[in-house]
Amino acid sequence: MLQINNLAGTRGERLLFKNLSFAVNGGELLLIKGRNGAGKTSLLRLICGLATPETGEILWDGESIANIRSEYFRSLVFVGHDNGVNLDLTVQENLHFHQAIKGNPSAHSIPEVLERLGISRYLKVPCRFLSAGQKRRVALGRLAISDARLWLLDEPFTSLDERALDAVKNLIIQHLDQGRLCLATSHQTIDWRDSKVNQIRLGEVS
Amino acid sequence: MTRAFGALLKRDLTLVARTPGDYTTPVIFFVVCTTLFSFVAGKDIAVLKSIGPGVIWVSALLASMLSLEGLFRSDYEDGTLEQILTAPAPLPLMVLAKAFAHWISAGVPLLLISPILGILMNLDSHSTTILVVTIAISTPTFSLIGIFGAALVISQKKAGMLLSLLTLPLCVPILIFSVSAVSAAADQLPISGHLMLLGAFFVFTLTLSPFGTAGALRIMLSN
Amino acid sequence: MWLWFHKLSTARHFYALATRLTPWLGWLTGLTIALGLYLGLVVAPIDYQQKDAYRIMFVHVPSAWMSMMIYTMMAVSGAIGLIWRIKLAHVACTAAATIGASFTLITLVTGSIWGKPMWGAWWAWDARLTSELILLFLYLGFIALESAIPDRTKGQKAGAILLLAGVVNIPIIHYSVLWWHTLHQTASVSKFGIPSIHISMLTPLLVMTVGFMLLFLTILALRMRAMILETEYQSKWLRQLEESG
Repeated sequence: MLQINNLAGTRGERLLFKNLSFAVNGGELLLIKGRNGAGKTSLLRLICGLATPETGEILWDGESIANIRSEYFRSLVFVGHDNGVNLDLTVQENLHFHQAIKGNPSAHSIPEVLERLGISRYLKVPCRFLSAGQKRRVALGRLAISDARLWLLDEPFTSLDERALDAVKNLIIQHLDQGRLCLATSHQTIDWRDSKVNQIRLGEVS
Repeated sequence: MTRAFGALLKRDLTLVARTPGDYTTPVIFFVVCTTLFSFVAGKDIAVLKSIGPGVIWVSALLASMLSLEGLFRSDYEDGTLEQILTAPAPLPLMVLAKAFAHWISAGVPLLLISPILGILMNLDSHSTTILVVTIAISTPTFSLIGIFGAALVISQKKAGMLLSLLTLPLCVPILIFSVSAVSAAADQLPISGHLMLLGAFFVFTLTLSPFGTAGALRIMLSN
Repeated sequence: MWLWFHKLSTARHFYALATRLTPWLGWLTGLTIALGLYLGLVVAPIDYQQKDAYRIMFVHVPSAWMSMMIYTMMAVSGAIGLIWRIKLAHVACTAAATIGASFTLITLVTGSIWGKPMWGAWWAWDARLTSELILLFLYLGFIALESAIPDRTKGQKAGAILLLAGVVNIPIIHYSVLWWHTLHQTASVSKFGIPSIHISMLTPLLVMTVGFMLLFLTILALRMRAMILETEYQSKWLRQLEESG
């Protein structure tokens, strides 16, 4: 469903990786590994359409994402390094905004999702008063409030405690069980139970 | 699509309402800047009257531009902008929502205070009306030109100066026609031509700026 | 033709071509400008009204043309860079900007010097000079923006967008200023242009314009070469070239 062909990534003038090809099918989780600076974040930014590749192509259901941008953006949720959480808005306002601009709300309501992530108490609290881990959970809450087939996660487990980590892990497993796709960069070793997990390792190009 | 537009507009206005400095500072700046010129003119009412429209206009222009500097700041730093860029709604439309929110929060207050400044500058009532009309037509244009500049300087920490350097030259035509409209009104000359041109500038900017700004944002966030 | 163009657009081929051409361009520039100056300062007759003062026109007018041509060229090149993703086009923009700004500055300074005997003032807010001043601001804005963005490629792309915005606005700004000028000033001083010009004055003017164009191309080639060296200092082809020559 997601097909990467001969992709090259650069940062400034420096080549990070080239001739990268892989495919991710429904129900699969792809873990992107590599040392710091290997280009994991750059790869995710290419796949989520923020950056345009200099060479290579990214296909979604067989179509180049450059041609079906709007449709592609509707089917993905991206959680990057930055949370995308505004500090002056409440948790609810933040999530509500993200749900509205995505335009495809899922069956789960915002309070329900927050409940699962263990922050339902903070629904009406401005995000300024939340801890780093709580803000991260708000950001990850975006995953479940929209009905998206592709999740792109950049270090999703940063600053999460064990319970939150478990909750997010369960969210991902449930997502995969529905036959959907997930790409993540992560340093943690996590037991993904019987989900189908692939790995690629960046930083080994000559 | 319109839902996304509405959501962004509502969010930006909520944020403005929570930080009153966003809409009060431009107004105060506007008043202070205009007042400064009256010291330059001395107590000569005739001089004040002749430079009045220009002074008010330059102050309004500077106030609009300075308030634009932080337009994308928090969205860029906290990652919200990445989310807007990866949302299905067309980016130019989202830019338009942001420009509209900026105009409501920074342009409209300037518009409301301008009659008082007209009185301070001893403009007659007809010129003051025209002053308000020109500000009403042109502040949205400023917001649209400024948002383009703000997108280009998005990664800069202290962007005010650079933003002004980029956008002020583009505002020269608006300044020329607005000020001469007010002067012409004071001399009882027809001004519909000026207003139409100002309207044309607005439509022109309205068509091009969202696309230019969207392009600039995509480039600036590309890695 | 297209293939040749495409080949040229790679840094490597451009570098080689520029290295070969610059000495020739340099000599040609020197000769043309020398010829233009000779024709303009010695051969061209004295003006019955402006006496010898008008001769500054042979520097002023070509610089003014160059300043506008370079900005347009930069905008076109920036658009090419954005659309077809040709890096060299962006390099050309960056390299041309300071040259264009310099020509604009020369235009302003010579215009001002010319204005002193003509208007009795160094600066009279003449419409063309005012537009030229705004053009200088546009150049400075582009240079400032590019240098403010640490990532060079990103800076060049942002600059290209700014150039496009500038180039659609230049006519609007110019005509607004013209209109403003006619409104505010008496027509006598606006007779700055060259409504009808005698052939003996036109020839040096055209020769000087060609000279300035060659000068621009020479400096542009030199600067682009320097910029390619800066960015490609690691690449293999450059080292091979250095070793062989």
